[in-house]
Amino acid sequence: MGSVKSIPSPAISADERSHEVDHPSSLVAHFGTEQPLRLDCGIDLSPFQIAYQTYGELNADRSNAVLICHALTGDQHVANVHPVTGKPGWWETLVGPGRPIDPKHYFIICSNVIGGCMGSTGPASINPATGKVWGLDFPVITIPDMVRAQAMLIDRLGIDTLFAVVGGSMGGMQVLQWTAAYPSRVFSALAIACATRHSAQNIAFHELGRQAVMADPDWHGGGYADRGIHPHRGLAVARMAAHITYLSDAALHRKFGRRMQDRELPTFSFDADFQVESYLRYQGSSFVERFDANSYLYLTRAMDYFDIAADHGGVLAKAFAGIETRFCVVSFTSDWLFPTSESRALVHALNASSARVSFAEIETDRGHDAFLLDVPEFFDISRAFLQSAGKARGLSLEDR
Amino acid sequence: MSVQEVLPLNGVAAAPSGQFRADHLLVAEMVKPGSKVLDVGCGDGDLLQLLETRGIDGRGIELSREGVNRCVAKGLAVVQGDADTDLVNYPDDAFDYVILSQTLQATRQPKVVLENLLRIGRRAIVSFPNFGFWKMRLQLLIGGHMPRTENLPATWYDTANIHFCTIKDFVQLCDEINVKMERSVALDLYGRPVPLNLPWWVWNMFGEQAVFLLSRGGGK
Repeated sequence: MGSVKSIPSPAISADERSHEVDHPSSLVAHFGTEQPLRLDCGIDLSPFQIAYQTYGELNADRSNAVLICHALTGDQHVANVHPVTGKPGWWETLVGPGRPIDPKHYFIICSNVIGGCMGSTGPASINPATGKVWGLDFPVITIPDMVRAQAMLIDRLGIDTLFAVVGGSMGGMQVLQWTAAYPSRVFSALAIACATRHSAQNIAFHELGRQAVMADPDWHGGGYADRGIHPHRGLAVARMAAHITYLSDAALHRKFGRRMQDRELPTFSFDADFQVESYLRYQGSSFVERFDANSYLYLTRAMDYFDIAADHGGVLAKAFAGIETRFCVVSFTSDWLFPTSESRALVHALNASSARVSFAEIETDRGHDAFLLDVPEFFDISRAFLQSAGKARGLSLEDR
Repeated sequence: MSVQEVLPLNGVAAAPSGQFRADHLLVAEMVKPGSKVLDVGCGDGDLLQLLETRGIDGRGIELSREGVNRCVAKGLAVVQGDADTDLVNYPDDAFDYVILSQTLQATRQPKVVLENLLRIGRRAIVSFPNFGFWKMRLQLLIGGHMPRTENLPATWYDTANIHFCTIKDFVQLCDEINVKMERSVALDLYGRPVPLNLPWWVWNMFGEQAVFLLSRGGGK
């Protein structure tokens, strides 16, 4: 019997990780005790900080600001090389020179969510009251909390109305929360591969991931930071399980099939014989290099709690009553994490509210992850939607 | 209301300009500027684009994914949906006009769809190919086969058009569900309005397609 290879340890130390948590390689907005963040759980978070990136210039009218909301494991580095992984920005397919969201035309803002681990205050940050890492003492946060914090950042930047709020998956949830909470501050909203609430199946997958983290003996009830360790095995398993939900059967089959990894025959062991196993292990181990385990617990929880209709007497259309924001909703045929039916329910509610909404379902076998990949039809739609909204907003989108 | 009372619109349909279809120009002419319009079965969005050039706030529903994506890529507010199943999701009086352009014959329940149009919109504009057109009649009478034309080239077994009707049939349906016909125009093979001084059966014979502006009846 061959050896059982466990998931490799992260290449970087816990120290390096905590450096980005407290001193991110990006802009930071500090909010002192006079400006607390009122959380849904009833706690005032204060002081706190938001790490963010900007691209392009704010125009004289302050009317060309685009807020990008990142997904569960994204961060503010949407269109620049990532300071930890050295990889290109996570949405450079959509954001950047010559892309649908071009810094030549728009002032692009992307902030790390509250509860994240790339510089915005979260469970990996230092609790000023104790001088120690927050860990599980950090209050449970929600998607509305994330958006409330973003609104404070937008205020700080002197922007009243965002030209567009754009996001996919958990980022799409934030887009919808923005429109429900601050309809007059959002001129147009591009909500991709998302839903107005987290489904039971999605909550179930998140619970699986959290239990994997918490079952790792290195988790220590969330107090691993004080011991200078990280539950990377549990977090990697959580990521592996989640990653499957981002793909599709067809995509996995096309990419890997039953092909073997660097071998002709099975080894009759639990080694990664199959390419798909090797791929998942890589996804797991590379993820833990840049992500905090407790942060993963908090952000998945925030998504679980999300339910816009519940916040509006159970009637989704009420959340958007009288809204003037222009919406574009995009879903992907093979996305089973946020299936088209969820987008359709949103569109029905927006129609019932007489909102101006476009809705396109894009055919692809690449699953939920399609929103981050090179899908030209998606880019064409995003570009046209923003151009049409820009025209209505009076933006000059000619080359300058 | 009798058929004879339905008077044709004064010669409004401009000759096909090459850019816009004659029936689209006719429909657009029926819509008051500044109003809010839902185009059910909007295809590639040509009519919506024409309406937007006239300052009309247009929305669309289209069944085919390709059509929707082309519309959205034109910056139009169009959603993917089915006239038969999705109109129920729209509230009453949501639009000034609801347009059903060359789509009625492809719906499973034309009567229910028509009722929904006039629930969602204060007015409805419906255009459809006239199966009473002489060429259609001739194909069935002489050829003995289901009619096929340049505009409707599909064979009986692969056509999406499952509920063909004649102008006369449509007028009867409007009467039956108490719909008021405010204006109506039959277009000949060349997209020209059939002259209004001709009797209605001429329309039913020489109108290749018809466009109706409808509103809710006063109740029976």
